[in-house]
Amino acid sequence: MALLELHGVSKVFSHGMGRVTVAVDNVTLEVGESEIVSLLGESGSGKTTIARMVLRILRPTKGRILYRGRDIWRLGRRETLWYYTQVQGVFQDPYSSFNPIHVVERPLLQALSRLKGVRGEEALRRVREVLRRIGLSPSEVLGKYPHQLSGGQLQRVSIARALLVEPRLLVADEPVSMLDASTRIDVLNIFAEMRDELGTSILLIGHDVSLAYYVSDRVVVLYRGGVMEEGDVSKVLDEPAHPYTRMLLDSIPRLDSRWRGRLRLHEPLHAIGRSGCLFADRCELRFNKCAARPRLVEYNGRRVACWLYQ
Amino acid sequence: MNRMPAKLALANPKVRIGIMVLVIIVAIAAVGPYTTGYGPLDYTGDIGAPPSREHPLGTNTFGYDVYAQVVYGLRGSLAIGLLGGVIATLIGVAVGLASGYLGGLADEMLMMITNIFLVIPTLALLIIIAAYIEQRGIGVESLIIGLTAWPWTARAVRANTLSLRSREFVYVAKLSGLGGARILVSEIMPNMLSYIIMVFILQFGGAILYAVGLDFLGLGPTDSISLGVILQQAVLWNAIQLGMWWWAIPPGLLIAVLLTALYLVNTGLDEVLNPRLRR
Repeated sequence: MALLELHGVSKVFSHGMGRVTVAVDNVTLEVGESEIVSLLGESGSGKTTIARMVLRILRPTKGRILYRGRDIWRLGRRETLWYYTQVQGVFQDPYSSFNPIHVVERPLLQALSRLKGVRGEEALRRVREVLRRIGLSPSEVLGKYPHQLSGGQLQRVSIARALLVEPRLLVADEPVSMLDASTRIDVLNIFAEMRDELGTSILLIGHDVSLAYYVSDRVVVLYRGGVMEEGDVSKVLDEPAHPYTRMLLDSIPRLDSRWRGRLRLHEPLHAIGRSGCLFADRCELRFNKCAARPRLVEYNGRRVACWLYQ
Repeated sequence: MNRMPAKLALANPKVRIGIMVLVIIVAIAAVGPYTTGYGPLDYTGDIGAPPSREHPLGTNTFGYDVYAQVVYGLRGSLAIGLLGGVIATLIGVAVGLASGYLGGLADEMLMMITNIFLVIPTLALLIIIAAYIEQRGIGVESLIIGLTAWPWTARAVRANTLSLRSREFVYVAKLSGLGGARILVSEIMPNMLSYIIMVFILQFGGAILYAVGLDFLGLGPTDSISLGVILQQAVLWNAIQLGMWWWAIPPGLLIAVLLTALYLVNTGLDEVLNPRLRR
């Protein structure tokens, strides 16, 4: 049994007057034991919404999310507390992850007390230990307010909170997008260590293909709320099958190539509804079949939703 | 903003002046009654006498000492402001927090009630309620004022809560195993404490002003005295036309100075707490 399963999960936001936004569209995916799964996609692809649904912040409109076979939206009070001892999250913006009026160690101590039953001196000892482990000196951090620390420091404290709980699954929603390049790799290394030493699974959400490539075991490529392609990193990113995955890989700026005048733009070619292939609006290989929604099918060691392969 | 907010606030001249005036007024209310030998409704023997050593603010048509009336009336008005302001602020903050955090059906219901209260012409309602209750004390008057003044506070607090509850630190608190009530009280509310203080100051002044309005219409306390009641009687018995300025001017002036001081504190605090207004 997989650690986390999403079965046909959709999230529709309604803005009143019958206007709706489909943020996540019938997504089915799995996260196994001690693996890092990257959710890749541009802004608006629904990746943050998926993270929030897994963390029980947003309720799915349709579908089920199972943790070890149990529907996480049917947990009682005690079971919810248990769920948070198993599943933790780190958010994108380190500045808004901390309450400006409280000292930064407060959420760490709260997590220890509420989820681990550890208080007092022992809690402080553990906080110091975990801060050292992620490369912060406790004296620089303890007793400080969020505005007194840098974004990189705050994000580490944020990860430290999740580490203290020792979860089986960490949902990291763009944990490095607001950090500078030198601290990014540090954070990703912490994740890889968590997987290798503690067996923690990580659902890593991001838009940066190279960072996903760096640590992930598997990737899930999302576009407009739907899964386009999914499989092992070596398959999906080394030999991409879906036209959107190829486009994503092509659009990475490379160290060895400079801007040569015209950049290939991928503007939407047509305004297209949600009945056909979700990527049909920007796909250059579009043909008549694309008016219907393709299913995810096995192709060359990965699963891909494209009519070219079925 | 966390460091010494009180010191920061007092550095603002408006706050400083406002608080100084408020302290003086409160001191008058606290000490004043002990500086006069007369009660507010004691017949002194002098009728319509101008200010003198014996009667610092003269006496009125009924032979009451106006100074005694003003200092006791000030106590009454401050009590109404405090009580009415506290009631309105408490209800408004509670309804706003609950409505904004719970969302959904609870939000719809609470906001429906709030909107109904908001569109009821408050003064007309106050007049009707006040007219129905024959024995009116200061407690009853502040209760009716407090129960009708909260809706705009509830709406503003709800809007504030809505923007705070989708901040990530609220999610982090949830992930740390904190329950909804804890999150509301320890994570969300402290972030609007400055706002709540300002709301209270406005409600305090508003309650005093509403009470003066009610008193002036003859619907004030029946068993005690307030600045509004003095004014009402002064106007009723043609104090100004009869040249008894000492009967009408002091209570009116005191109300004006009190409300100006509250307004100064409020705008001053706004400047301190709202960085966009800082010069």
